[in-house]
Parts: sequence; structure tokens; C-alpha cells
Amino acid sequence: MAKENENKGPGRRVHLRIKRQDGPELPESKRWEEFKVPYLPQMNVISALQQIQKEPQTSDGKSVAPVVWESACLEEVCGACTMVINGRVRQACSALVDKLAPNGEPIVIEPMTKFPIVRDLVVDRGRMFEDMKRVHAWIDIDGTHDLGPGPRESAEQQEERYPLSRCMTCGCCLEACPQYGPGSDFVGAFAVNLVRLYNLHPSGALHKTARLESVMDEGGVQDCGKSQNCVEVCPKEIPLVDSIASVSRDATKHLLFGWLLK
Amino acid sequence: MAGKTTNRSDGGKVRRVIVVGGGLAGLMTVIKLCEARVPVDLISLVPVKRSHSVCAQGGINASVNTKGEGDSPQIHLEETAYGGDFLANQPPVKGMAEAAPGIVFMLDRMGVPFNRTPEGLLDFRRFGGTLFHRTAYAGATTGQQLLYALDEQVRRYELQDVTDEHGLTIPGEKMVRKFEFWDFLEAVLDDNGTCVGCIAQDLKTMEIRQFQGDAVVLATGGLGIVFGRSTMSVICTGTAAASVYRQGAVYANGEFIQVHPTAIPGADKLRLISESARGEGGRVWVPKDATDSRQPKDIPDKERDYFLERMYPGYGNLVPRDIASRAIFKTCFHENRGVFNGKTGRNEHEVYLDLTHKDEKFLRTRLSGILEIYEKFAGVDPYKNPMKVFPAVHYSMGGLWVDFERDSRGSLRVGSPRNHATNIPGLYAVGEAEYQYHGANRLGANSLLSCIYGGIVTGPAVASYQKSLSKSAFDLPKSIFDKAENKCREDYERILKQNRDNAKAENPYVMHQELGEMMLRDCTIERDNATLDKVLEKISEFDERVQNVSCADQSQRVNQNAQFIRHLENMLALSRVIAEGAKQRDESRGAHYKPAFPRRNDAEWLRTTLARHGGVGKVEFIREFDYACAGQKVHVTDAIDTTLVTPRERKYEQAGAASAAATGKK
Repeated sequence: MAKENENKGPGRRVHLRIKRQDGPELPESKRWEEFKVPYLPQMNVISALQQIQKEPQTSDGKSVAPVVWESACLEEVCGACTMVINGRVRQACSALVDKLAPNGEPIVIEPMTKFPIVRDLVVDRGRMFEDMKRVHAWIDIDGTHDLGPGPRESAEQQEERYPLSRCMTCGCCLEACPQYGPGSDFVGAFAVNLVRLYNLHPSGALHKTARLESVMDEGGVQDCGKSQNCVEVCPKEIPLVDSIASVSRDATKHLLFGWLLK
Repeated sequence: MAGKTTNRSDGGKVRRVIVVGGGLAGLMTVIKLCEARVPVDLISLVPVKRSHSVCAQGGINASVNTKGEGDSPQIHLEETAYGGDFLANQPPVKGMAEAAPGIVFMLDRMGVPFNRTPEGLLDFRRFGGTLFHRTAYAGATTGQQLLYALDEQVRRYELQDVTDEHGLTIPGEKMVRKFEFWDFLEAVLDDNGTCVGCIAQDLKTMEIRQFQGDAVVLATGGLGIVFGRSTMSVICTGTAAASVYRQGAVYANGEFIQVHPTAIPGADKLRLISESARGEGGRVWVPKDATDSRQPKDIPDKERDYFLERMYPGYGNLVPRDIASRAIFKTCFHENRGVFNGKTGRNEHEVYLDLTHKDEKFLRTRLSGILEIYEKFAGVDPYKNPMKVFPAVHYSMGGLWVDFERDSRGSLRVGSPRNHATNIPGLYAVGEAEYQYHGANRLGANSLLSCIYGGIVTGPAVASYQKSLSKSAFDLPKSIFDKAENKCREDYERILKQNRDNAKAENPYVMHQELGEMMLRDCTIERDNATLDKVLEKISEFDERVQNVSCADQSQRVNQNAQFIRHLENMLALSRVIAEGAKQRDESRGAHYKPAFPRRNDAEWLRTTLARHGGVGKVEFIREFDYACAGQKVHVTDAIDTTLVTPRERKYEQAGAASAAATGKK
């Protein structure tokens, strides 16, 4: 009787299966823990994890430290709460319990695997920010003093640039990429997309060569294996495959004809 | 410029300043400091790209006047002062309004993908409290785009070497060193009470360490999490501001909390639907018949009550936020006319925000960011169905008290070390963490502006403060820093160990939920003195109960539980400031509304609320104080500089009430 109510109705509980690890130096602490937490209307995976904080007990009654995870905005714009949920990399905030487990199915939560583990669901994505330095991901302004308006831009070009600029450095594209990982130098789709973004901008284009050359070495755009997984998992639906193709094309052109322009 | 170097201390160490917080205000401050050749340690709770500024949606105000409407910085100033119910000192507002067009151009040069007009110019849209098109925007994720632009510029400085006064590179020193995933614990004060650095904790390894700094800038954002669920990010607990308040920093206008009219209710957060939805033509309504259970699309226009347009014909759906929120609250709570739910048989606390009359392509280029949020979280297509929304805590107009220096034109004197200085010498505050620009109510799209303008002013202020120092923080005895560090370490140990064996120990997250529910219910849209008395009693109870909290996590790695207990203790200090301030102020002004005192009372209350920590459970309200800035004694009172726009009654029933120029009649 009690069992039936557990999966449906107002007294329903949400079943979570979470992969945990106490620290990078403690691989032997890797384990699965299960939790059954009270259901709330409009619940997402974040609010399910928050319930564990309020009652840190596994479903077999063992008191444990609450699960730790990274989060900030909770509206899928900061990229912090990225994790692997039911086998798919995504943000926990926009992962709604009703959609994941309409009949009380267990929700399986794991940390991303392509980055060093810190603890539980927290991984270290610092490499992404470092790679932004590598690909020259900025516009080289002369300073913040008053120099008047920027270059004019057509609405069409703004509409091309804006979606590329919504990348929140969440790492979904890297998690899903067969070529990306701790043993590989490949910068991944997000970084190649940034090369395209800044090269599209009129003053950004003044440093187009530096950006292209940054992705022509080892770990650059030619390392892409064209699995197209990146575009499948990008939560912001950024046309990553187009970006890779476009940067690839420009890089080839630069390789073939770049010396003529020098 | 010649003379003694400000670059290195007598002991040869690179003299840095510390900026805490990597949102728009913090990053802009860092950029300005680097341009002034002051190296920075940047400490942030999260990777700076994930700061709460990322959530800002609608846009940034600047009276560029590209629509030929006759807009100007003067009108921007007038409307901001009026919208804030005259509680803001006007010189900083004037400085901000005048700098705004240049700020938007600067962001444009940084590559922010602002929406464009057919001629390729920046496009502007309307926002609340004005009749002008004054808001530049990048879709409906403007904050994100601005944050990324500043983040990229700061990244350049992470690669730039520090040079000495001869232009020679100092080996191994970069202009910016970032410390991400670090929690600010407290300011380090020397024997004279001057801030000379801070103590922070690495949230991965839980290491606690000292940072020396010739000055410390807090750009640590707002405090929405005090109210449990709000539109704020989970990191916005106000902990850093609370911590320095407990160390003696004066907190100003704490009772002024902005409730945004339109958010989507959720279990973990109330997600904002930007004012730009109304700026682009969105209309707010409820069915005229309160028991109407038809689908909203099936309710004909004449059977809808567009109550904001009815109550405020001059500004309609674009009245300032405090006014719109109160109108929605009145409709739902007092008149019980919220959207009727056939299933529950109740009028829910919801109203419609309707964009379905607008063209889908138009909406996609301008609002897709927020409409996507609605679709993802509410599961309903907002292009085809009116959204269901309700007000939510959104912004804190109050914050750490900061100074300004007025120039002869009545604007800010940029470069003065007084700008953005708190009353603790060497400690500065900028962004939502301070109180300066918005008075009793902030106008939409002024927050991104105040953050960036604040940074533009704070950078030079700190640089000139550093120049004025006769002794660098880097030449002080290490014992000062060790003492502060040890104190913080002991406090952390206390949190870990307390109540381990207490069978009645409390859970900090459960207690926070209780606190948040109470603050949300009793300290937001309508305030009542008897209720506030109970709130204060309850906060005293929490002050007791928080001592019984135990930490369920004993790990020395990513111990979020211990961190949260510390933040909870700090949130209690801030809730008292908010509730006591609200209790004191027997009038209604901007976001602070007491039905028992429905009118603004300039004779008694046209003044800044100045709160000082008087120990646990005690707030002292003061009318004046002295503080020292760069060797200069400054006398401060709670009087407000309203010399630029004369206070008058605030009414939005008539078009042009905020600024006569808007109607073309002036």
C-alpha cells in the first residue's frame, strides 16, 4: 500500500541514484547512493538535490553527508549545474522530474566524465577557460575610454552572431565529444565556435589570423571527428557543426593562401 | 605621476588591490584598475562567467536618442530620481545618466551583439518608468552578453605582465590573478581600523588564507536568498556584505527590496520574465469574471481586465516595478481575482502576461531568451498562450553605504577616492552590494548600467586611494593577517564541530526555508508594524536556534554544508536590518509600502536609513557619522542631495508624469 503511494499521488517520493566520490585522491570512495525525497510541484533535479540537503539520508536510512554539486542561476543561462542525468549531459536546473520520471522511475545522476572530479557531482572545468585564452576569445579594444560607437552591423549579422554568443561554457559539447578528454589536446566545439564568433565581428576580424592559427596546431579544428554529438547536446542549440565547418574552411584557406597575403 | 612607485611596496612586493565578486561591477572595476596600472587579485564565489549578472535579461539604459524622441541624460536623471521616489542622492545618478551613452558604445566596441536597426545602429526598446526608447539590448539575455564581454577583457589582463615604473616586466606577476570558487570570509582591519586585505576560503580544498591588499572592493551582489526563493542565483546570499556590516560597515536603506511583477513560480526558484516582455508590447490581465474557467485564448478581449492599463493609463503596463507588483498583489490577494483554476476551484496567485498578439518572428529576435525559459520551465508555449506570472523578490536597492564626491556641476567627481568608499577606510563597495543609485525603487535596465558605471567610478577611486597611502598593506607586520586568518579558521572549526552530539541539532537548510518563507510573506510588498514586531521576535529566535545547527558534512573538500551555515548566520544579520528598517520607516515610499501609512512623508523620512551593527540581535540606526578617507575626515549625514530634481509626488496615472519632456509639452 505504502509502496504504491510512493511513486504517484501527493505523498509521492522521487527516487534518485547518485554516483559519488569524496575527492580526486580518493578513487576508492567511488560509490552509488540512492535517495527517496519528497515530491514537489514543478520539481527539477536541483530541487530534488536540495531535498537531500534538508534530510541527508539514503533510502536505506543511512545518514550521509549531503551530495555536493555546482549551481548558480537555476535558469539555464550560467552553465554551472551541468551533469549527466539518465545518461545524457545537461543542466540539472532544466531537468524536470515530471518529464524524467513520470511514474517514479529512478533518476540516475553522475558527474561529467571529461573533466577532473572534485567531489560528487562537482568537476573542474578550468581547462575550458584556459582554452579561451588559447583561441584569443575576445575583441582587442584599445581601452574603455570614450571612443564613440562601435562598427555598424547589419541586423542579419547580429542575428548570426547572437546565437553563437550564447555559449555558457557548460561543457556539454565536450562531454559528448569522442575526441575530447584528459588525454587529448582537442579544444572542442565550444572553442572553435568562439573563433567563428569573434572572427565575424568587424573589429574582431582584425585579429582573425591569430585566432585561426590557434586552432591549426595540434588539438585544433582538424582533430574534430565529425561525430556531430556536440550539436545534439548543446542546450542553447548553437550551430556548432556549422561553426566547425566554417572555421575549418577559413583555416584551410589561410593555410593555402595565407602566405600570399603576408 | 612621478615620484614614489605605487607598484611595489618597500619590501619589493607587487602592491595589489583585491576585488571580490566577478559580476559586471567587479569586472568593470578590475578593468579600470588595470588601465590605471594597479594589479588586482580577483576573488569570486563562482567562475566569474557564472556570476548572477548573467541572469539580467531586458537591457541597459542609455539616452542615446536614436529614435528622435528628444531623450537626454537630463531626462534619464529626472526619471530615475522620480522612479526611485527621491531617495537617491542625485549627483551619482546624474553621473550615471551622463555616462550611459558612452558605456553602451564601449560595450558595443567590445563586441556585445546588441540588436540593430535597419541602418545598422543600436536598437533601443522601452522599459518601465519612461516613455522613451532608452534600453539597448541583446535579445533577452543582455546581462549574459555584457558579462561575457567584460569577462573576455579581464581575461586579457590575466595574460598581461605587471611592469615596474620603468616599464620593465616583473617576472611571474600578471595584472589579474583570479581566485574562483573562493568565499570571502571577512575584511582584515589593521589597528586603526583600516582595511588592508581579506580572508577567504577555497571552496574546493576548504583552505583558508589571507590576501593582502591596499584596498578591498566588494562587488558581491544582492541578497535575494534571504527571502528563500527569489529571482536571484543561489549564490546571492549577501554574505560578504553582512560580514563587513558585522565588522562595522554602515548598511543603508536595507528595507528597500524590489519585488519584480512578473516571474514564473518554481520549487527551487522564481524565474524572471523580463520587463522587456511588456516593453515590447506584452499586456497584463485577468478575466473580468473572477470565476471564468475558460482557456485564456477563448476569453474575448472585452471580457479581460487589463488592470495596469486601466489603473495607470499614462504608463500602462510599463509603470515602475513597485507599482505593478502592488497592483498584481491587490488583484490577487485583496480582490481574489487571480486566474481561476478549474481543478482546484481556487483563484490562484497568478495573472496573465500576454504576448500572443505579437508576431512570432518579431518576438523571436527580441525575446527568445525569456520565452524559452518559460517554455522549458512551465511547459507551455508562450508564443501561443499567455504566460502565468506572479511577483517575486528581485533586487535590493539598499546595501553597504558608500560615499561620493560632488563636482561643481552637481555630478560625480571621477577620480575622487571618496567615490564608492564605505565608512571602513580602504573598503569599497560597488554594484548591487551598495545602495547608491536607485533610491526607493530601481527602474528596469538601470541595474546593468549602475553596475558598470559603478565599476568605472570605483576603479579610479581605488587607484587614487592607493596613491594616497603612506604605507602599503604589503609592508605591515604579518601578525595582523595571521590573527584574522586564525580567527576565521577557528570559526570554521566551530561550524564543523558544533552540536555534533546534540540530538536536537537543527538542519541549516530547513531553518533557511523557514526564514525565507517568513521574510517573503511579511517583509515584501505590504508591511505592517504588528507583523514586523513578530518577524523581529522570530529573527531573535532564529539567532538562538542557529546556535543549535549542526553540519552534516565533515569533509575537507567542497564542504557546501559548512559554507551554507556561515551564510545562514550572515543572512540572519541582514534579515534583521531589513525588518528593523521597515519597522522604523513609518511612511510609504517606492518599494516600501505600509498600508497604515500610505503616503510618502518627506518631512520626516526624506533621508537615508543608516544601520550599524550593535552586536547579535541589535541594529543601531544613526543619523550621522564621521569617517576617514585618504587622510581626509568626512562628515556624513542621512540628508539626501536632491538639488538637481526637486522632489514631488510620484504618480504614473498621467503620461509624462516622470518627465514632462516625454509628452513634448515642455
